[in-house]
Amino acid sequence: MHLVRDCDEGLVGRNLVNEMRELAKTILSVKDLTVNLDGRTILSSLSFELHEGDMLAIIGPNGAGKTVLLKTLLHMLPYQGEITWMKDARIGYVPQRVAADRQLPLSASDLLNAKARFLKLSQSDIERAISLTKLTPDLLNANIGVMSGGQFQKILIALALLGQPNVILFDEPTASLDELTEERIYELLDRLKEESGITVVLVSHDLSVVYRYATMVLCIGKGKPCFGSPKKVLTPEALEALYSAPPKYYQHLRDHHGL
Amino acid sequence: MSWLTHTSVGYSIVLALLFAVAAGLVGSFGLMKRMLLAGDVMSHLALPGFGLAFLLKINPLLGAATTLFLGTLLIWQLQRKTGLATENIIGVVFAAGLGIGAAITPSDELIEALFGRNHATSLFGFLLGAFAVVFIIAAIWKLRDRLVLTLFSPELATATGVNVNRVNLCFLLLFSLTILVGLRFMGALLAGSLIILPAAIGRRWTDKMSHFLIASSVASAISVGIGLLLNAMVPKFGPGPSIVMVAALLFGISLSKGVQRASI
Repeated sequence: MHLVRDCDEGLVGRNLVNEMRELAKTILSVKDLTVNLDGRTILSSLSFELHEGDMLAIIGPNGAGKTVLLKTLLHMLPYQGEITWMKDARIGYVPQRVAADRQLPLSASDLLNAKARFLKLSQSDIERAISLTKLTPDLLNANIGVMSGGQFQKILIALALLGQPNVILFDEPTASLDELTEERIYELLDRLKEESGITVVLVSHDLSVVYRYATMVLCIGKGKPCFGSPKKVLTPEALEALYSAPPKYYQHLRDHHGL
Repeated sequence: MSWLTHTSVGYSIVLALLFAVAAGLVGSFGLMKRMLLAGDVMSHLALPGFGLAFLLKINPLLGAATTLFLGTLLIWQLQRKTGLATENIIGVVFAAGLGIGAAITPSDELIEALFGRNHATSLFGFLLGAFAVVFIIAAIWKLRDRLVLTLFSPELATATGVNVNRVNLCFLLLFSLTILVGLRFMGALLAGSLIILPAAIGRRWTDKMSHFLIASSVASAISVGIGLLLNAMVPKFGPGPSIVMVAALLFGISLSKGVQRASI
């Protein structure tokens, strides 16, 4: 394993959780991933591994290439290096922003049906996605133009859950949502992980979310990338290096969570 | 010979109604893709083809088909390669097409080429047209899920495995084919109108995908049916203008009855 451990405080502090994690099946292995877009290097020699049941948070400043990383993992962008998904990996994807025309005469059920028919999925697949996200019939039949941000996000999650993915890529799930809605979305994600053992990769700006839900953290941005458990990786020094700013927020969190 | 003309007129009417349904469907997706006006302008690309066909003394529709499809491919390529906005490219290609077309089409043919005319249809013409229309309807039906996913989010569609580029090209080609079928009785200037107007009417009536597709097709068929009747009563109107007037009237009526969208 070629994990980047620059932010780790050495290999001494490995705990039991990590030992157990090593035993879980590797669902994704990324080696020396480099992405160049329009002559600019967005990601360079990035390596990490994702194990079944992980909730991996990808953090980093704006423009660090978090979204690019997700899209590359989905083979939507050209890259050098290795991206190896487990053979029976079924990937769900919730993009950061869907600039859907809100004037479209589309309902959630139109979208779910279209995707299910395209992928030749059964009706029970649709029902499963609906019950996991607890979509109400009202919401299912509502036009996408009249939905709130949180409702829209739920629809996107339901769409991603069609086809019973065992790994779901989530790009800033709660950007521009209010705190209560944000809370609900994360609870939903957490429940999915517990109930159906889905592996989750999420891009987030919110360090408190990362602390609460993530089992692993990948930080990309200035300097070398780091990868490891939140407690080990998210040191004040590492955060300062990552965001090139004094880690005020971290200090606050530390008090808050009694770390 | 009168029974023959009769059958021919019958062919024309059946073909026109079938075309109306295809135009309604294509128009519905065109409206959702916000490319109706662009698509309408594409019909003008048929004009240089008409002109060339008259010069070369070949079937005008063959000439129209050639320039229409070449123009469509040109627009598709230009928008991918130059990074110019689609509307800009279509504007350029359209202006060039209309200019060249008007210059080389004999002036006594020009009005008919622009606005269409009453045709009696031969059995062969009918079968060819009917085949094209059935093909359009079937293709749109087959593509509908891909189109819906692409409309909602090209990025998400790609992640789902939809070849977005190909879907867009297929739709553009179906759009041109629809215009081509409509050319003979609607003319180059009005062929696109039967794609635009029924979709606008259908959209006023419903907020649901399936209902929208049905409403547009029905509105289209009604416009063509009543329009042809109007043309039979007042032949000097011509079929294209008659149909467009009826469709515009239907749209006016739909304004009073349209759906009220709930606020958030």
